[in-house]
Amino acid sequence: MSDQTPDTDGPHADSAVDPKLLEILVCPLTKGPLDYDAKAQELISRQAKLAYPIRDGIPIMLPDEARRIDE
Amino acid sequence: MTDQPHTVFDRATVRRHRDRAARTFARYEFLTAEVADRLADRLDDVRRAFPCALDLGARDGTLARTLQGRGGIETLVESELSGAMANAARRRDRAEGAVAGLHRPRVIADEEVLPFADKTFDLVLSNVSLHWANDLPGALLQINHALKPDGLFLATLFGGATLYELRTCLMQAEEEIEGGAGPRVSPFAQNQDGAELLQRAGFALPVTDIDTLSVTYPDALKLMDDLRGMGESNAVRERRKAWTRRETLVHAAQLYEEQFGNADGTVPATFEVIYLTAWRPDASQPLPLRPGEAHNSLAEALGTDEVPTGIKARPG
Repeated sequence: MSDQTPDTDGPHADSAVDPKLLEILVCPLTKGPLDYDAKAQELISRQAKLAYPIRDGIPIMLPDEARRIDE
Repeated sequence: MTDQPHTVFDRATVRRHRDRAARTFARYEFLTAEVADRLADRLDDVRRAFPCALDLGARDGTLARTLQGRGGIETLVESELSGAMANAARRRDRAEGAVAGLHRPRVIADEEVLPFADKTFDLVLSNVSLHWANDLPGALLQINHALKPDGLFLATLFGGATLYELRTCLMQAEEEIEGGAGPRVSPFAQNQDGAELLQRAGFALPVTDIDTLSVTYPDALKLMDDLRGMGESNAVRERRKAWTRRETLVHAAQLYEEQFGNADGTVPATFEVIYLTAWRPDASQPLPLRPGEAHNSLAEALGTDEVPTGIKARPG
């Protein structure tokens, strides 16, 4: 039923996040600003205490998929 | 968020259906592509360039491929709920070549919680995707905010008459064979809601209209297979959890042929497409004059005599 083959494209995938996206993306829950953590490949919403992952250069802006940040 | 009692659609299921459809979507995209083409025609009617645009519910890039330079778009941000679809878009670019002159950054997002800053886009497009939103008014409000003032929102979504044949037959077959029926085909928006929804979401100059497409299939089972291939299978939360029995599907297909079949044994399927067109308000847009502000007389324009109010033109 589900797609068993991995959907990522391996090392040759364009893995850098598009700079245009960094300009226009906000936290989907708070609409507040995001900090780009290039090393962790995450977009961090301090207000929502969530870190949105970037996979193969594609930001995953889904609250359900975000990592909770405990401070 | 997904556990609110009033939600109609299970967004995780919508997402899963798209994930599952991603690998072979290109084979099933004809209807999506046809509607995208009609959407692009409407964009052609607007004599303006939209350098920065958003495609909401982009799937594997059908709309970008259809646009082919129309609308003066330089950047088209492709927003998609399914990660597998976004990866399929990338693979397709590699296989078929990217769309020339169009920058297409991709992002995974949910139409119900948009991640775009206020006043970002000159144009927001959405092709047959918003019928899966639980909170369409909320989604429209967020789209309005993501637009620059005087920015254009142009969308298609499936309307209430879509797949009425299939809905009827599945319901009937389920009752006859399983002794009870649950919704098997998603409910859709009604056209008359459109303009009012747009207005309530703060849009100016809202216009909605409808196209009805009839697609011919060899039989109803092939239609159901196509819907799965498009990632458009039912995602109603209250649907019965058990799989529909094969027997029920086969019986539904029989009923479909009996009740709606063409003379040559094929069956038609109705898809009602609702078009939404609206603008983010801006001072430059035309506004109706306030009473008493008019400079031209209506009677003069019509070449008739002006009759004061309170007097009937033709008594009786």
